[in-house]
Formats: sequence, C-alpha cells, structure tokens
Amino acid sequence: MAEIRNYTLNFGPQHPAAHGVLRLVLELDGEVIQRADPHIGLLHRGTEKLAENKTFIQSLPYMDRLDYVSMMCNEHAYCLAIEKLLQLEVPERAQYIRVMFSEITRILNHLLWIGAHALDIGAMTMFLYAFREREDLMDCYEAVSGARMHAAYFRPGGVYRDLPDSMPQYKVSKIKNAKELARLNENRSGTMLDFIEDFTNRFPKCVDEYETLLTDNRIWKQRTVGIGVVSPERALQLGFTGAMLRGSGIAWDLRKKQPYDVYDRMEFDVPVGVTGDCYDRYLVRVEEMRQSNRIIKQCVDWLRKNPGPVITDNHKVAPPSRESMKSNMEELIHHFKLFTEGMHVPEGEAYAAVEHPKGEFGIYLVSDGANKPYRLKIRAPGYAHLAALDEMAKGHMIADVVAIIGTQDVVFGEIDR
Amino acid sequence: MASKTEALKALVEQVFGDKLVSTKLALDELTIVCQSADLVQVATTLRDHPDLSFEQCIDAAGIDYSTYQDTVWEGPRFAVVYHLLSIKHNHRIRVRAFAPDDGFPVLPSLEAVWNGINWFEREAFDLFGIVFEGHSDLRRLLTDYGFVGHPFRKDFPLSGYVEMRYDPVEARVIYQPVTIEPREITPRIIREENYGG
Repeated sequence: MAEIRNYTLNFGPQHPAAHGVLRLVLELDGEVIQRADPHIGLLHRGTEKLAENKTFIQSLPYMDRLDYVSMMCNEHAYCLAIEKLLQLEVPERAQYIRVMFSEITRILNHLLWIGAHALDIGAMTMFLYAFREREDLMDCYEAVSGARMHAAYFRPGGVYRDLPDSMPQYKVSKIKNAKELARLNENRSGTMLDFIEDFTNRFPKCVDEYETLLTDNRIWKQRTVGIGVVSPERALQLGFTGAMLRGSGIAWDLRKKQPYDVYDRMEFDVPVGVTGDCYDRYLVRVEEMRQSNRIIKQCVDWLRKNPGPVITDNHKVAPPSRESMKSNMEELIHHFKLFTEGMHVPEGEAYAAVEHPKGEFGIYLVSDGANKPYRLKIRAPGYAHLAALDEMAKGHMIADVVAIIGTQDVVFGEIDR
Repeated sequence: MASKTEALKALVEQVFGDKLVSTKLALDELTIVCQSADLVQVATTLRDHPDLSFEQCIDAAGIDYSTYQDTVWEGPRFAVVYHLLSIKHNHRIRVRAFAPDDGFPVLPSLEAVWNGINWFEREAFDLFGIVFEGHSDLRRLLTDYGFVGHPFRKDFPLSGYVEMRYDPVEARVIYQPVTIEPREITPRIIREENYGG
C-alpha cells in the first residue's frame, strides 16, 4: 500500500481567490484541511504610526486606504472619534449626507463582495452584473468628492461640501452616437439627488437579478450550504461582528443598538441568518443591500426638503468659506492656523465604532492635547474574521477555503493597515 | 436618573472593589485600570458575571506612553487597552493594564477568556514587544519575516532602519540601511490652556 503523507501547501499571496495579498499555509491530509495558517502583513503600511506623525486632517485620507472598497465608512468612524473628543455638534444635513453615503458605500462593498465571491466559486456573470451597478455609485462618489474611490469627503464636523446640483454627463465620442448618449444621460439631467433616487428605484430589480442567478442555483448551494458553519457562541468568542455575526443568528447591528448620526431616525430591518454557514451570510448580505436601499431613499427624501449647512461653523475644526476667508481678517487667521498647525483635540481617549459593511469598524483615539493623535488604533472587522479562518476551514476540502475567504469578505487594506 | 454608564461604573466598582487601580468615566465611556496580576481574574469576571457579561473582546491595543504630552512619563511605559462589548446588555467597557517592567513588558494572555483576542495580542507583541504569558502562538504577524525591533514604539523612527531593494549585481533583493532622512513638515505642538482665546 502506498505511503500516505500530509502535504503543506502554500496558497497565495498571488492567487486570484486570495482577495489581495493573503498568504495561507495549508496543512492538508489528502484534500482535507488540517490547519490553515494565514500570513498577513504583506500590505502593512503602518497607518497607525503614520497617523501619529500627521495632523488630524492629514490622516483622514489614509482612512480611505484602509478598507479600499468601503472608503467613506472608514472616514466615518475616524470623524466620529474626533468629534467625540471635541464634543462637537454636527449639522443635521451633514449627518443625513453621511448616513446616505455610508449606505451607498455599504452597497458598493456588498456588490464587490458578491461579485468576487461568486467569481471565486464559479459564477462568472455575477461579477459583471455587480460592477454595472457599482459604476453608478462610483459616479456619485466622483460627483460629490471628485474622486471615484478615495473620497476624503467626510470631515470632522460634517462633510466637505454640499451635494452638487448637477451630475456630470457623458460626452460625444467615437463609440457613442447621439441616441446612445441621450439614453445614458437620461437619468443624469437632474440634480445628484435625482440620480440617486433613480438608482434606488432601479436597484431592487437588480438585486432580484442577482438572486435569480444565485439563490436557488444548485451549484451555488452546493458550494455554500453547510460550509464554514460558526455557532453563535463561537462567533461571539472569536470576536465576529457585522454580517458574520448576524449570519450566525445574533441580531446585533450597531446602527440599531448604538445608533450614531441619524440612524435612529431611519427605518430598516436587520436580517439574521439561522445556520451560520456561507449561504446564510450570503442571504444576510443580499438583504442588507435592500435595506440600505431603503435607508438611502429616506435620506434622499429628507435632503430634498431640508437645505442647510453641511459642516460645523467652528473654524478651529473646519475651514471657513473661501469668501469669508478673503474678506475677514479673523477667518484668514483661522484658515492659516488650521492648515499649517491643524486642529487641537483635547486630552483624552475615545472609541468610536460604526457598523461598517464588514462588521464593527472602530477607531480608538488617544490624544494628549496636541495637533496630532498620540495613538490611533484601528479596529478592523476583517482582522478578527481572518483570525478565525483556521477554525472555520478545519475539516473542509481545499476548494472550500476559497468559499470561506469569500464569505469573510476580507480586504487587506484594513487587515494589514 | 443616573445614566447607563454610571450604573455600570457603580456595578463594576461594587464587583471588583479594591482590585481596580482606578475607574474613570469620560465622554460616556467607562475606563478601568487593573493590575497585570489581576488581569485574568478581572477579565473572567467581566465575561461571566451575569450583570456584566462582556461576551466579546472587540479590540486589544498596545500603547507606548513614554512620550505622552512630550514630558517624562512617570510609571510603566507599556499598556494594553482592551475594548469589551456586551451584546446582552448593550454596553462597553475599556480595560487598561500596564506591563510592570519596561525592559521586558509582560502581561498575561487573555486568549483563554476570549479566543478572538489571539491575533490582537500577536499584533501588540509584534508592534510593541509586549509579551503575553500563556499565549498559544506568539509569533510576529504584521511585520516582515525576520524583522528586527518593534516599530510602534515611540523610540522607533518613522522611516525605520532598513530598506529593501533589488540589487542587479547580486541579482537578488537585499536589505540596506535607510537612505531617506526623516523630516517633519508640521511640528507636533501642545498648546497651553485657552490658547488664542
């Protein structure tokens, strides 16, 4: 009889299913995983250390680069932490804009997740469908901040500027004739809120399409049902948050339980799984997209009716308007001080957490009264999830590791920081 | 009526008594400081006491206090800050424990209390050099293979000590001392109270 040996297999860091730069060392018995040891840190940039050497405003764009598929949610936690220490009141309109963009970001994130996850386990078309809708949301990002991804739009004290009155339009080109152009620009003729509203009206149909492709798909079920089962007790022990926790049947959502900004005025439901396997987490996330869509709709309705300031008028935190800076000596001084020295945050420590698309994203900020943070700790949800990969993958076949990585929705920007 | 956090503070003080070095309530967040020798016991009680039941350890962060407020820091330099969350009662608490010895900072591992803390402790070990006694797998996590030093300590320069490049002569990647000068564009300033009105 042939001798049977355990194999050690190196997976990644350059593997299409590794979602970035994950290196896994897998110990195999045949095709069954005995141990999975993730090696991370290949994208470690020392964001926390960099933040200690930059003023509070200068570190804000680093937050975009943590979880680079849900940029504004990272900024949100950072701004909330600073505002907590400053005990700063944020204008209501800014809070609504933030909530709206947090939910747009959630849809962006879940669309990328569903596309990549499905692609990993054999459903090619999903990726194309998901990216079709992502493009519209990216356009919203671009219209409001000038950048498609790294927006730096949320600022301590509010948001950088108000929503634009018009959406950028497609221009004539070799590949677009007049008829095509008119079709493309149809929903872009109004304000940005019109564009977003048009999206929210279209989007539930798109989610139905995704579900048609996947929910009852035999292959999809074979790959996800019963894979990576986590019991509620273990999920708590392992520090799971977000959809990973809800997939295991624990109804915990920071937006409901510890609401920040205006989430307490929003009407939405929190979907919860039953078995805690990959399929349930899939269902939870798909339902979350529908709920996010509901929240966006409510925000659009409110924002239409209520104009107002979008950033605090405390000019030690937020810059004065260009016009008053040019005409008012005191504002000029504020402007100069803010951009050379930065704001000073009172001594103390604060932890602010948001319900990030991936789980609880927290910023622990220690300030000693300087214009730079003394210590900034980023609590990344994916970090705790990936740490549990060993436990989730044990006893599964090697092909299921890919499904488990997919369901954890890992992004290395935030895990390696 | 006392707020929820104040009630929690009273409860924690009642449960732990003189085990706590200090308790502080600021910005509606409760922080307790405990001795490193009591840490495991305090953590276990925080998890198992029915009125506390902190089932989740959300975060564990190392801190190097040596340059706090740009003065000489009195007391132990390294601390680990744990953020705990109770799903059952919907409250949070922050636990801070200082490592007694600055030269060789050691704290007991809480891996047995909350399994999810494993990687957070590895990270604190990697970045701050805090050793967790009883940890099952205390290896470096975020830094490079073969990295020397603990980069998040305040005496570690921002640009590090070594850099990596491809050497065409040796036809491989080599390490060499850093060639960039650290520069500070915006200086770090702490203003006195009521500066500028």
